[in-house]
Amino acid sequence: MTTDVNRRVLPGFSLSLGYTLLYMSLLVAIPLGAGFLKASHLSFSEFWAAVASERALAAYRLTVGASLASAVINVVVGVLVAWVLVRYQFPLKGLLDSLVDLPFALPTAVAGLVYSDLFVEQGWYGRFLVPLGIQGAYSRLGIVLVLVFIGFPFVVRTLQPVLEGLDKDVEEAAACLGANRLQTALRVIFPSILPAVITGFALAFARSLGEYGSVVFVSGNMPFRTEIAPVLIVARLEEFAYTEATAIAVVLLTISFLTLFAINLLERWSKRHHG
Amino acid sequence: MAEPRAVTHLRAHDDPPAVKAALILAAVAVMAFFVVVPLVNVFVQAFAGGVGVYWRNLVADADTLHSIKLTLIVAPIAVGSNLVFGIAAAWAIARFHFPGRTLLTALIDLPFTVSPVVVGLFLLLLFGLQGTFGPWLRAHDLKIVFALPGLVLATAFVTFPVVARELIPLMEAIGAEEEVAAVSLGARGWQMFRLITLPNIKWGLLYGVILCNARAMGEFGAVYVVSGHIAGKTDTMPLRVEKLFQEYNLPGAFALASVLAMLALVTLFAKTALEWKTRRDLAEAERLRSNTSTPPARS
Repeated sequence: MTTDVNRRVLPGFSLSLGYTLLYMSLLVAIPLGAGFLKASHLSFSEFWAAVASERALAAYRLTVGASLASAVINVVVGVLVAWVLVRYQFPLKGLLDSLVDLPFALPTAVAGLVYSDLFVEQGWYGRFLVPLGIQGAYSRLGIVLVLVFIGFPFVVRTLQPVLEGLDKDVEEAAACLGANRLQTALRVIFPSILPAVITGFALAFARSLGEYGSVVFVSGNMPFRTEIAPVLIVARLEEFAYTEATAIAVVLLTISFLTLFAINLLERWSKRHHG
Repeated sequence: MAEPRAVTHLRAHDDPPAVKAALILAAVAVMAFFVVVPLVNVFVQAFAGGVGVYWRNLVADADTLHSIKLTLIVAPIAVGSNLVFGIAAAWAIARFHFPGRTLLTALIDLPFTVSPVVVGLFLLLLFGLQGTFGPWLRAHDLKIVFALPGLVLATAFVTFPVVARELIPLMEAIGAEEEVAAVSLGARGWQMFRLITLPNIKWGLLYGVILCNARAMGEFGAVYVVSGHIAGKTDTMPLRVEKLFQEYNLPGAFALASVLAMLALVTLFAKTALEWKTRRDLAEAERLRSNTSTPPARS
């Protein structure tokens, strides 16, 4: 293997690996370790009191619920946009394709600011929606909408390469065997893009779980109603209740890690079945 | 090599024109609703009072001006250190096999799953007054949290994978042949890096830096927690946007937000341009390799 040759021939293996490990330990491992250490100092009853208070439970429910809802919307919207970008030609397609990445590049505070302003009564969307009774600002709906924006690129970008690699002959074969276009879409195309769709869903979900910057602008942050877990952590910090903040942070981190773990399992599974 | 004449009837993998038009319209509508209209709204709101008011909103407010300066200090330090890390990590991971390589690659993605607020909190637990190093820092009159070093640490944590993640797949795609050749011809390590590696990865590296910078300048959650929101002291641009929003100074908030939005647009433009260049360079390398890869008669 060339890789075994590399270590004998190419310089800098120990330097680069050593620096990588040092940097990651100093910057990442020590703060994470300190957090878990702090949490482990809590007695179980303290931990439980912080983690399972009514207000905290409402915050987890809202965080997970809003993240799930936005990820589901992102799947529907993402499949549509990816399909159109890969399969069809139309004017300004390149521009649209580039704009898919905007949520990755736009600071979350800007997204939050704009979304809160669009949906208030005089806003560009609010002036049509508020008379219909749809409150997109300072509401749970507002949280879901801004999370759709934040997670928008994930499904599109995981799906695009898969759709591009899809063999069109299979679709022709299905048509020759008498399937109509809808049957082909449901029975032939959908199963082959499903792993990518699930990966995109999980990535968008994981990203939404920890989101703070945009939500804090649009949600109004009312305890029990529109307060997500990260906002609750900040609220506890501002009361100098460090232990409670840490306990809630550990719960949030655990949910995130489990999601990341699930994504990894999923990718391995789909590689085995489709690789 | 005569191409078959264009087939005029509907191919089986083509959708009927009506379906096609409907789907394109739906996709454009979705993109307009979630992405384009909000983006346009930032600039319309920012310039609602005219260019003069816009400019005054940016430069006449001392705290806003200070937030811009602070961001211009914090982001380059964080990006610079992540750049060095990114090159080192990509060299180790894309060029060598070692035990734990897969795990290391997965760990690099970690900051993407940790909520920024949690990052800020953990930095507080380490360096805050009641934190692990709090008493020691205080005894030596050092400040990390609620000061510049804390802002840099939080920003660097949240953005540290960006450069590495751009470089690893790129360096794997380029392959090690040229570097091995350079070393066997007697190049020293830095010579090889400067003359072979750097020119090969430059466009991907540049994009990694630009994206990392956009993320660093826009970082909110982690910085929010460690900054202590001292106006004119520890407020970066996104934090200042939030404060102006809380003070109902929407024109000021949108003016500053428009600067950040411009940064995002430049980032997207750079991505499109640099991806195109990288693809062209890779295709070129592939062509050269296939021309010279006739195996030698003896080794």
